[in-house]
Amino acid sequence: MDLNELYTEIITQYSRSDKHRHPPEKADIKMRGVNPSCGDDLTLYLNIDDNVIKDVEISGEGCAISQASASIMADLMEGKSIEEAQELINKFIGMIKKKVTDEDELEELGDAAAFENISNMPARVKCAVLAWHTLEEALNKKQK
Amino acid sequence: MNAYINDFPLLLKKDEKGKRTIYLDNAATTQKPSCVIKAVSDYYEYTNANPHRGTYDLSMQATDVYESARKRVSKFIGAESEDQIIFTKNSTEALNIIAQSYGMTFLKEGDGVVVAISEHHSNLVPWQVVAQAKGAELSFLYTDKYGEISSEEIEKKITEKTKIVAVAQISNVTGKINPVREIIERAHKFGAVAVVDGTQGAPHIPVDVNELNADFYVFSGHKMLAPMGIGVLYGKKDLLESMPPFLYGGDMIEYVEEQNSTYAPVPQKFEGGTQNVGAAAGLSAAIDYLNNIGMSAVMEKEKELTEYMLEKLSSVPHLRIIGSDKPEGRIGVVPFIIDGAHPHDIATILNADNVAVRAGHHCAQPFHTHLGVSSTCRASIYIYNSVEDIDQMAESLSEVRRWLGYGSKRIVH
Repeated sequence: MDLNELYTEIITQYSRSDKHRHPPEKADIKMRGVNPSCGDDLTLYLNIDDNVIKDVEISGEGCAISQASASIMADLMEGKSIEEAQELINKFIGMIKKKVTDEDELEELGDAAAFENISNMPARVKCAVLAWHTLEEALNKKQK
Repeated sequence: MNAYINDFPLLLKKDEKGKRTIYLDNAATTQKPSCVIKAVSDYYEYTNANPHRGTYDLSMQATDVYESARKRVSKFIGAESEDQIIFTKNSTEALNIIAQSYGMTFLKEGDGVVVAISEHHSNLVPWQVVAQAKGAELSFLYTDKYGEISSEEIEKKITEKTKIVAVAQISNVTGKINPVREIIERAHKFGAVAVVDGTQGAPHIPVDVNELNADFYVFSGHKMLAPMGIGVLYGKKDLLESMPPFLYGGDMIEYVEEQNSTYAPVPQKFEGGTQNVGAAAGLSAAIDYLNNIGMSAVMEKEKELTEYMLEKLSSVPHLRIIGSDKPEGRIGVVPFIIDGAHPHDIATILNADNVAVRAGHHCAQPFHTHLGVSSTCRASIYIYNSVEDIDQMAESLSEVRRWLGYGSKRIVH
């Protein structure tokens, strides 16, 4: 994979965005996700009201890919119901695995579609999916 | 370019763009010279059989290959006899044998185990497990910000309570050569045994276990040109004899009855099951290759290139070397970070220029926490690296921030 495809403007800009970097003191759900081999380590703070995700905040650190992916995801998830969020997570993971390729479906992912070709760089796939898997776990916890 | 590279087929291979791999991850594993690859393939082509068992020619030849490798290793590290050399899979296995066999048998509640904060997880986690199981206390020799362990720290932490001290000869993170002789002397003063992890030592500097007076010394073949899957546990004879076996089964017994067994003498006592004889043949060839250069010459050569690498890295804007940026008292393992760039992104960007470096915590998380960084990039050299390799790395490093969107618009290659 060409670096031009990986470090696109979308990704480098989102990776430095601090829009969702205000972890609240109290959150409905707090969930940590770690990639032990490379040290990506992030915590998601979710506030959920009446089944709708009101706020997603992020703390922790990691590479540009994991950070950008988390920021984009936070943007996308705010205002979504838990079920909608779960569907988007499945779409994102499906896109990474090259199982979701339909343009209309990818469009629903918004800027997250920037990671479409990350599977060409296998070492970085886990960076791109970390936030999404962490959110999935958080929502499963909420539903229990 | 340096002449040794011609002995390493993988390093000579060029990709579709005509570029070779600039391999700077030697602290993780080294490449293999043709003579080592040939020794392994010769073993399987001409002499393969299960050693120590058969009475036929091939088995005796395989025994010969295996036992002569043991002799080579013994001489290489200055052991008194080859019975003190136990073949393992790698350093990790060797350290686990010491922890599980020696530690579990001889540690008592309240005893002290001392390791350095800079240890690789393989010389830390096994001791955590044993300390927890036996109610022993695990404590740490802390380094300063340059990765150095002071004499005061050694005196403070190694006390009459201490029963085991386990330290790396050289840090796999900072490349710092630890004061192991001083640590061993202090340990012996209180009757403690000293375990030296020579994984980054044996490949790079001359080693004499007698002169060091180490009670145990371990290293991995694959970090010194040999194949993966062969490592060494050296121990003082009386200690090895006092320890129970680690793996029970074939080839490590003397007599087996229905309810009881007696065990073979060392080293066989610790070599249960069929061993990696092909890799031992490779290790033997690797030692011959290194001896041919001479370990003092290896050390001198690497020193020169280390000095050059430190200078080059220091000149890269926004780059900070972690630990010491001086060439003294170290080997060519250099960790660094770049402002605003995560080590994983740095390694990915370097990879696009065929430069291989490591990113992460290098199996030393507590040490990274101690140094106040979550992860680093690490460049590490070996005999086949050259100034050209370092120049290419430095050039690629200068582009990192641009790729990540800092400063002026990046040049699209």
